[in-house]
Amino acid sequence: MASSKRLTGRQKLGWAVTTILVLLYALFPVAAIFANSFKTQADLGNPTFWPANWTLTHYEMIFVGSAQDLFLSSLRNSIGITLIATFVAVVLATLCAYAIARLNFPGKRIILGAALAVSIFPVISVVTPLFNLWRTIGLYDTWLGLIIPYLSLTLPISIWTLSAFFRQIPWELEQAAQVDGATQWQAFRKAIIPLAAPGVFTTAILAFFIAWNDFVYGISLTSTEAARPVPAALAFFQGASQFEEPTGAISAAAIVVTIPVVILVLLFQRRIVSGLTQGAVKG
Amino acid sequence: MTATAENTSKESQASKRPRKSDRTKAEIRLGWLLAGPAFFVMLAVTAYPIAQATFDSLFSFRLTAPDERSFVFLDNYLLLFTDGMFWRIFGVTLLITVVTVAVELVLGFALALVMHRALKSMRGLLRTAILVPYGIITVVSAFAWYYMFDINSGFVNNWLSWVPGIDSDLDWFSNFGTAITVIMASEIWKTTPFIALLLLAGLAQVPDELVEAARVDGATKVQQFTRVIIPNMKAAIMVAVLFRALDAFRIFDNVFIMTGGDANTEVLSLLAYNQSISRLEIGLGSAVSVVLFICVLLMCVLAVKGFKVDLASGTDSSSGKKDGGK
Repeated sequence: MASSKRLTGRQKLGWAVTTILVLLYALFPVAAIFANSFKTQADLGNPTFWPANWTLTHYEMIFVGSAQDLFLSSLRNSIGITLIATFVAVVLATLCAYAIARLNFPGKRIILGAALAVSIFPVISVVTPLFNLWRTIGLYDTWLGLIIPYLSLTLPISIWTLSAFFRQIPWELEQAAQVDGATQWQAFRKAIIPLAAPGVFTTAILAFFIAWNDFVYGISLTSTEAARPVPAALAFFQGASQFEEPTGAISAAAIVVTIPVVILVLLFQRRIVSGLTQGAVKG
Repeated sequence: MTATAENTSKESQASKRPRKSDRTKAEIRLGWLLAGPAFFVMLAVTAYPIAQATFDSLFSFRLTAPDERSFVFLDNYLLLFTDGMFWRIFGVTLLITVVTVAVELVLGFALALVMHRALKSMRGLLRTAILVPYGIITVVSAFAWYYMFDINSGFVNNWLSWVPGIDSDLDWFSNFGTAITVIMASEIWKTTPFIALLLLAGLAQVPDELVEAARVDGATKVQQFTRVIIPNMKAAIMVAVLFRALDAFRIFDNVFIMTGGDANTEVLSLLAYNQSISRLEIGLGSAVSVVLFICVLLMCVLAVKGFKVDLASGTDSSSGKKDGGK
């Protein structure tokens, strides 16, 4: 749609204003919490946007200070649990999507339908029975106790997105390579894997976002630093004293856990968009 | 693994015949071998718990007094449905769903049109920017909005002091109207990008020639939009709305962080959480969970049957394409 026609001065101005508005929309709340994380305790009581004096106190507090036990352990939990849940989901979904895209077998519909059903499932409905069961069998407040339910978040989207990606792969290439003298494995490795890898990678990013975002499981199925992930830990921050709100520390921790999201978005925005829309609209 | 797939894919056309050859059988076996684990894991982490929740909801069962567990059949549901508080919470959840989805649809369309029309050089920047709210943790977004409006550390009261009714003493989270507004604002901010991207994909599927033809025939910009573009992307709109509505109905994080349900802002998910996890009333909490699940299911069925939203439309069309191509 973007025409190659030269833009008039007014159109240019219009686009500049529009772009700035979109940027403001998207980044303003992030900028606000970013500013908060650098405010001194006194500044946090002032109704201003930017800090009057910039300080690193809150970052010190969460990394080396009084909140480090709470924050660092939750960061470790979040990274570990999220990466494992993402990895397991992507491996299972890759096998599943390969079968759906390439093989003819009854039940394909059922599997895709189940993935859809699971993705609209209210997480809170799963939590109550899991809470009870995990306490009985000793999975409560463990990594595994979160990784298993996280699969209900990461698997459906992985199956959908990967099925969509795999359908677009020209699988004939594999045969063509074999005709040209490649062995079966060579054909798969040289022709198919390079085409499939971006889809798998994009799916992993989307699954990571979803698991990284979880709060309901995190707050319901953990009780200590043994497994509590960052979003849940943020709700447990305490101020330096009874009369102090933990605003600065929470803001600093929030910024730290937003960094991976921003990096992934900056590096892979094109892929993320195509992955998101393929799974949902184009199929 | 690939060997079997290799052989059988050539065979797939023949497999439409009712008689099952050995190769077809092998293909079916391989198919379930590959897809089965994912399928069964999904079932295990959702179907089993919801069945358990349905069972638990028929008991009066408190974790602190496990021995006093007794079968009460539908009493938990009766208790809920005859309690005015439940209906208020239900209403609040519905209100949040309707308002946020409506606003997101309008905002999302605006964003999608901007990205669709934007110059190539700008698209990357715009996409990157709107993916930030999409990717950010909901709890972080909730805190960001909370602190903006917070009576102690927020700057909004100061910035908006010229608006009648807003001054430095306004505590946004102490009464329902203002609290729910901020909760919905944070929800809208975080999830509009998702709707916008789905709509953008829908926009891309509207043939340029159609719009061009309408323009040549003298249709105004508004007419082009309402008569040509929107009808041609109805499917994308419906899917986006349904997905978001189902998601909004399950809202939990923002409410938990911002008000914890105070100022009458409690929602269904929070009610279930408070009953089960905080009060350990597994029976009653399970009943709420089941009600929530049934609501989501009903919304889905209603959309699919009533509005003919084909959630699997994408899959169907491309699998059709695939079968046809073979």
